[in-house]
Amino acid sequence: MTATNWDITELQGSPRRQQREKRVQAVVFSAALVSILLSVMIVGSLGFEAIRYITEVDLSRLWDRGWFPRNGVFDLKTLIVATLWVTLIAMVVAVPLGLSAAIYLSEYASVRARKVLKPVLEVLAGIPSVVLGFFALRFINPNLVESWLENANSSGNMISAGIGVGILTIPLVASISEDALSSVPNALREASAGIGARKLTTTTSIVLPAAISGLVAAFIVATSRAIGETMVVFIAGGAADTALFASNPADQGLTMTAAMASLAAGSDEVVGSGLAYGSLFFVGSILFLVTMGLNVLADRLVRKYRLEY
Amino acid sequence: MNDETNHDAQKQVDEMDAVQANRPTVATVATENSIEPDHPVVLSMRNLSVYYGTFRAVRDVDMDIRENEITAMIGPSGCGKSTVLRSINRMNDLIPTARVEGDLRFHGLDLYDSKVDPVEVRRRIGMVFQKPNPFPKSIYDNITYGPRIAGTPKENFDEIVETSLKRAALWDEVKDRLSESALGMSGGQQQRLCIARAIATNPDVLLMDEPCSALDPIATGMIEDLMQEIKSNYTIVIVTHNMQQAARVSDRTAFFTAQIDSENDRRTGLLVEFDRTEKIFSNPADERTENYVTGRFG
Repeated sequence: MTATNWDITELQGSPRRQQREKRVQAVVFSAALVSILLSVMIVGSLGFEAIRYITEVDLSRLWDRGWFPRNGVFDLKTLIVATLWVTLIAMVVAVPLGLSAAIYLSEYASVRARKVLKPVLEVLAGIPSVVLGFFALRFINPNLVESWLENANSSGNMISAGIGVGILTIPLVASISEDALSSVPNALREASAGIGARKLTTTTSIVLPAAISGLVAAFIVATSRAIGETMVVFIAGGAADTALFASNPADQGLTMTAAMASLAAGSDEVVGSGLAYGSLFFVGSILFLVTMGLNVLADRLVRKYRLEY
Repeated sequence: MNDETNHDAQKQVDEMDAVQANRPTVATVATENSIEPDHPVVLSMRNLSVYYGTFRAVRDVDMDIRENEITAMIGPSGCGKSTVLRSINRMNDLIPTARVEGDLRFHGLDLYDSKVDPVEVRRRIGMVFQKPNPFPKSIYDNITYGPRIAGTPKENFDEIVETSLKRAALWDEVKDRLSESALGMSGGQQQRLCIARAIATNPDVLLMDEPCSALDPIATGMIEDLMQEIKSNYTIVIVTHNMQQAARVSDRTAFFTAQIDSENDRRTGLLVEFDRTEKIFSNPADERTENYVTGRFG
């Protein structure tokens, strides 16, 4: 014999609660949808204007003496070389310092030291980039760069801008690297110590190699951040809204971001449909593709190292 | 007797390099029932206590660990046996608050003397951990890690790899894939690799902290056989939760337990009894030991 048959209402639950659940789901779904739509619109507007620009511009003007958008001269190598210099210098500053800080925090610091130092690092991350831009222009350039290189441009140059961007990215490098190092299982450190390795050997031979993909990811994210950094290079790069091509990092330099910022800040014909206006979107598209590519690469690497050990 | 042993041990320290290079092999160990002369003492603990901060984790440890024997430490969880084991090769130094009191001598030398470098201690006293922890490197590089940091010439690496893997009964299984990642091995193979890695630096003593607790019975059997194979070359101290394992493999057994400390109401581990394994399991002197080994407690 089977037990008593139940009525369906026993297991139906409260209809009001189910209604509310559905409404909550609708709200959070639309929030997610809005952010996706916004991204699509940004990419769309960038792409649309960029394509119109590239079809209208005289292509020979993309490889000329310098970046003078209001005069129809759009030398891309001026921007690209400046961007590469600034990024390179920034990484030369940020990677050794950030990585060393991460190694200290993850391998050497006592619990108490870590408690104090991690927030300090985060304060550094919170410095507005405009402040760092002025620091680079008013302090780093005269005191460091100009005293070291006589021919350095005193109204700002790629080295000062690069150092400024580097300082800005140190916390980023340190924080992501520290995550990568800390996720190396302690069992490996114990194994190494148990064999008679010193801390330095353990760090360089075991911990760093085990964390390598995470560390590389940290460097890539920092590179992408450095490429995209605007305010520091705008202030400390030394170039106004135009620049002659310069390959020497001690000269003034106009990065892609600074070029865009100065164009967008102008109040004249840029607001309209001129080629200068279009160039803004074209450069923006390049920047977007480069940083997105780098971020995807970093993401892949991080995934890979999560799967190991 | 003690003086003589110390003197002996002192001489051994002086000759350690020679010993390392050309270790004398002790003749086959006699069967368990026959009376055999005691082997020389390698490690001696007198009145040993280990603290974590102000908390005394284990107290009153008096043990002599003898050459070419397997000494087992058994007891319930939290009785401090792993703590004692890790104080022997100064792994406890990695925990900032850990502190050792009492006397712990290795070949007559105070292991906690301020002149002693813990790194040097760990080269002489190797360790195998509870969970297999191979490095994310090739099988070959796992074995050569110790010799490499000890400055052994590279020409000897091939030979060291072969000898160590043979001793760890792993050579036949892996000889064709030495360059493959150690992480692709089974758990039992990984643990044997860790044993091979530990003996590649030719230590005097091998500490094993529940080396089979993460392994299946077949892999456990292989490790136990391997311990019997290598004990003529090393002195082995093993911590185990498995009483049958202690009975099967060890020559001497130390039984630890935990007691509530009257001073602070916290559980402190202590050594209850230390004797030949057959005595501990057949005719223990202390009632607590008997209760534990007969399964009435713990």
